[in-house]
Amino acid sequence: MPIQVLMPALSPTMEKGNLAKWLKKEGEQIKSGDVIAEIETDKATMEVEATDEGTLGKILIPEGTADVAVNTPIATILADGESAADLAKAPAPAAKAAESAPPAAAKAEAPAPKAAPAPQAVAEPDPEVPAGTEMVTQTIREALRDAMAEEMRRDPDVFVMGEEVAEYQGAYKVTQGLLQEFGARRVIDTPITEHGFAGVGVGAAMTGLKPIVEFMTFNFAMQAIDQIINSAAKTLYMSGGQMGCSIVFRGPNGAAARVAAQHSQDYSAWYSNVPGLKVVAPFSAADYKGLLKAAIRDPNPVIFLENEVLYGHTGEVPKLDDFIVPIGKARIVRAGSHVSIISWSNGMTYALKAADELAKEGIEAEVIDLRTLRPMDTETIINSVKKTGRAVTVEEGWAQSGVGAEIAARIMENAFDYLDAPVARVSGKDVPMPYAANLEKLALPSAAEVVEAAKAVCYR
Amino acid sequence: MAAPKKAAAGAAQDKTDGGSPPEFTREQELKALREMLLIRRFEEKAGQLYGMGAIGGFCHLYIGQEAVVVGMQMALREGDQVITGYRDHGHMLATGMEANGVMAELTGRRGGYSKGKGGSMHMFSKEKHFYGGHGIVGAQVSLGTGLAFANHYRGNGNVSVTYFGDGAANQGQVYESFNMAELWKLPVIFVIENNRYAMGTAVSRASAQQDFSKRGVSFNIPGKQVDGMDVRAVKAAGEEAAAWCRAGKGPFILEMQTYRYRGHSMSDPAKYRTREEVEKVRHDQDPIEQVRNRLLAAKVSEADLKAIDAEVRDIVNASADFAQHDPEPDAAELWTDVYR
Repeated sequence: MPIQVLMPALSPTMEKGNLAKWLKKEGEQIKSGDVIAEIETDKATMEVEATDEGTLGKILIPEGTADVAVNTPIATILADGESAADLAKAPAPAAKAAESAPPAAAKAEAPAPKAAPAPQAVAEPDPEVPAGTEMVTQTIREALRDAMAEEMRRDPDVFVMGEEVAEYQGAYKVTQGLLQEFGARRVIDTPITEHGFAGVGVGAAMTGLKPIVEFMTFNFAMQAIDQIINSAAKTLYMSGGQMGCSIVFRGPNGAAARVAAQHSQDYSAWYSNVPGLKVVAPFSAADYKGLLKAAIRDPNPVIFLENEVLYGHTGEVPKLDDFIVPIGKARIVRAGSHVSIISWSNGMTYALKAADELAKEGIEAEVIDLRTLRPMDTETIINSVKKTGRAVTVEEGWAQSGVGAEIAARIMENAFDYLDAPVARVSGKDVPMPYAANLEKLALPSAAEVVEAAKAVCYR
Repeated sequence: MAAPKKAAAGAAQDKTDGGSPPEFTREQELKALREMLLIRRFEEKAGQLYGMGAIGGFCHLYIGQEAVVVGMQMALREGDQVITGYRDHGHMLATGMEANGVMAELTGRRGGYSKGKGGSMHMFSKEKHFYGGHGIVGAQVSLGTGLAFANHYRGNGNVSVTYFGDGAANQGQVYESFNMAELWKLPVIFVIENNRYAMGTAVSRASAQQDFSKRGVSFNIPGKQVDGMDVRAVKAAGEEAAAWCRAGKGPFILEMQTYRYRGHSMSDPAKYRTREEVEKVRHDQDPIEQVRNRLLAAKVSEADLKAIDAEVRDIVNASADFAQHDPEPDAAELWTDVYR
């Protein structure tokens, strides 16, 4: 029976890719291990190797096709003795997915972030963007790169360092093109040495340079956390204001998809505990750009928490020469009067989806994107809770000593008399992140949990 | 960043040269004597104030090691940076920071270099290019490599002098820094002050390789063991290392063989070594006595040396007076300098 070749998933978070090129023609012999096609993901161009032998029967997806979903059949391979007439007998993709792609069954069980919609459905206008501004559609990855490139053009003291940021073009392609524009002096590949290069960055910053230190993920920054906290965050204070440190530590934070416990931790609460640091964790493409530019210009150390799941998501970014989003200001992205849902970063995915669901049941949720965790925009939270009388926090991190706990405490301290129900927290479960797809999904928050919590505080 | 080049073939590890170091001029001898005496008298006074309760917390004295910072400073030029760990009072005085500001920081007063918010282990001076004063053992090595990175980035020809002890030399980030410093040819002198004890642990009990000048071998960083009790040897080695760095050849390691007379900190009874051991070093190798004896042999009068003593004592006494009478920081200072 002819074998179907499926669009492979080439990274933990890949949902679709472009079929860049076929290297074999219909009718050509194929041996196991032959490179048959090139696939462009949002990170890289990858070669697809055949895992079966036979003749390339039919190309189902022509080269140059964009946005081919993972597991879509892209070609059929005829075994010895089969002919084109057998093509009709090709099996359904789900039944034969294991040949050149992960099992389709696993994909169907993919964790919640994969199904997340692009963060576009914002009801409230962005106060940072003048009315009538032209918008461009960009991925978050591109928005981050543009923010760095613009700031590097503006200030020769800004440079970026980290693992694979230069020649590899970024482990997640966030620094794509920067080496070509700015050269190896300002786009610096480091050895795999987080503790060391974080300290080098801080030392350089103490002299007045403005490093952007990329961690391949914040999980690896735990090796560097002494330099981040003891050196970067505290020096200004310990020196009586003489010697500070303008530096950005950035990279993906939190759960990606199916990368298990050591690569799936949310550090929002860890860094937001520390005076001397600013902590930013945006959700929309525009905020990623505007806040990264603000972070690079900030004279203090800024922890810039990104989310790998969101990198490929697109959003509208204002086409302005210098679009800055101020650090420390939350944004109401959806207005409502019944319950306040407060989140940030990828937690907003669940929050916004839940708000849609709640609206169908007549509950109008006000959704607040904190964007900055330290300094926290308490005023926006409190004003919303005074209006709604109810609050739900949503975070991917653990609940104990989490950011949601902090928000709940601030609401209690500042709006106790306005509350009609105790604040509810939706969070990651109190376990290390499991690998199995179903368990991972259970460990993360979900829109359903947010809906349930919102209904509970509304006594519905 | 420059592409990594092959290490210089001649980057061998040198032992202390057999012969005597280059002689100092009388002017240099007098300067070295004064600087070392200032540090010693200052530290003695700090110890005294600690005993009186005027200085709190940790207080790590530099007595015995004075030739290291004084000799190195004589090898540097304006713009070169200095960074060290927590035993830092001597380094600050050597860079020219004021005794008053250092002592007032020790007593936690508003006139201290950090307005009383840093204490013994955390002082800085942009003006004197002194970058602290760091309390986490080994952290200053990555930071000092970062200072050198900045020099390289700016192409300003300056050198970062990064001090750490034999104890810190066993920290992992030291080797991460060595690797990057050599890979990128950063102008940094790693000065390992081997005072034979990491707190209470003798070098032989903590270090598999006790020749610290060889600690850069696997990175092709040249190293040299130096008699850190002889200020002339220190200066000569410092000049050689600085020239290496300024020529764009990358980092250089200097192991300064020195000795601390006092305990690790004020609360250390120093039971891990004998009184005789300390006395022997004091008697045979004291860095200040070496200079004083040379000066006397060169017919400098006792009276001239006493005048230096008196000048130094006046500075130290004035600093102690200032540090005890300067007010504590205003309560409002609690909330300043967290962000800028």
